[in-house]
Amino acid sequence: MKIDWAALGSVFGVSLSATVALVALFTLGLVGLSKHEAATEQGGAATLARSGAYACFALCAAAVSYGIYLIVA
Amino acid sequence: MEHITLLLGIVIITALVFDFTNGFHDTANAMATTISTGALKPKTAVAMSAVLNLVGAFMSVEVAKTISKGLVNEEGIQPEVIFAALVGAILWNLVTWLVGLPSSSSHALMGGLIGAAVASAGMGAVNGSVVVTKVLIPAIAAPIVAGVASMLAAKITYKVGGNIGKKTSAKGYKAGQIASAGLVSLAHGTNDAQKTMGIITLALVAGGALAPGSNPPVWVIVSAGMAIAMGTYLGGWRIIRTMGSGLTDLQPQQGFAAQTSAASVILASSHLGFSLSTTHACSGAVMGAGLGRKGGVVRWSTATRMFIAWGLTLPAAALVASGAELVMRTGDIGVAAVAVFLVASCVAIWVISRRQVVDHTNVNEAGTASADEQPGVVTTAIAAVAVPPTAGTTAAVTDEDLKATIPAATANPATPAAPAAAV
Repeated sequence: MKIDWAALGSVFGVSLSATVALVALFTLGLVGLSKHEAATEQGGAATLARSGAYACFALCAAAVSYGIYLIVA
Repeated sequence: MEHITLLLGIVIITALVFDFTNGFHDTANAMATTISTGALKPKTAVAMSAVLNLVGAFMSVEVAKTISKGLVNEEGIQPEVIFAALVGAILWNLVTWLVGLPSSSSHALMGGLIGAAVASAGMGAVNGSVVVTKVLIPAIAAPIVAGVASMLAAKITYKVGGNIGKKTSAKGYKAGQIASAGLVSLAHGTNDAQKTMGIITLALVAGGALAPGSNPPVWVIVSAGMAIAMGTYLGGWRIIRTMGSGLTDLQPQQGFAAQTSAASVILASSHLGFSLSTTHACSGAVMGAGLGRKGGVVRWSTATRMFIAWGLTLPAAALVASGAELVMRTGDIGVAAVAVFLVASCVAIWVISRRQVVDHTNVNEAGTASADEQPGVVTTAIAAVAVPPTAGTTAAVTDEDLKATIPAATANPATPAAPAAAV
């Protein structure tokens, strides 16, 4: 009986890092967006926070596209 | 030739029925968390999942090709064997749905194939170490991998996103959950609809209607896609309830962490060559997310019942399938008896399910009440499933077999690993 520990290990590593990275990225995006919204409510603007948030969401969207690509390919 | 066509027809219809049960059994994987956290309305969620399953079914035929081509080369497999395997898999899917437990449809199908192969060709037909490496290890690894990932992810999102405004948080996590659940649905469509396509193609090749090594014909792809989408849209509400609110109480943050982890695990496993069951990954992810919130709890009694169901999936489906295969050896009458038994059991399970209806209106009302009464339901339901066919005297032979086999499978739930190892 030969168990492919290497494959199992890489599945573990990849899923773990992908999940944590994506969730962290998405949460950071939400933090940025929240800051921006709080600032606009007080009449100000948090451009940096907003751009940062959009960058985070763009990366998440890229990850989702890569996921779809993996399913199709 | 006439005979072969009729049998083939039965096998194809049964395969589509399996596909259908696969659809509503696995709706929970993609949509349970989305529904329980309120990101999508129940009906909207299943509709979206159904569409994505259908789309996924058309996206690739790679999995179907490996199933239909890999198995045919190994041995001259008969349509009867496939039929017997499907009977075992369908019945197991329906029983687990009745008691509201998520279990792997692929394991049920694999168990059915193993049981039918053993009954038709003897113990030598099964490679024990393959069972361990392809079934047992993944079943243990999947929930751990997905659970750890989603637990860490949930912890991080609570820590980092502690002071996100209410409005942003509600909108954001809703969008995140929908996206990741969509990805899971799509992956499910590609993987599981293709399994049925592979089975039908295999049956067509075995029955001589298709040249060996052919790709699945278009009508097979279309009908398999439709069957799984219809099953998904019907929604296995009982299982959704267990997964969405029975195992643990989920908040949007946890739902998002769980679904993202499930999607990553499914995609990583199918592309790094260590295939893990979608159901196991999703259940593990939900439990992990439950532990990832401060004060979050996993209801281990429900989880234990689920683990037992996982352990029993393969042997139970195998026993039913081998019983069906033995009965079918008697010829046309045996085939008819098995077909009648299958239909009667499906009707019986449906009738039992009507006693306590779970649908989109009460899917989120799990609470402790149902958790408390369920241990009783599990045993009574399994007992009840074995009983009704006795009333239908038409399939007397089959009944004798299966009455004996089903309780035998549930007699020793304390050692879920043992029966699988014995196979």
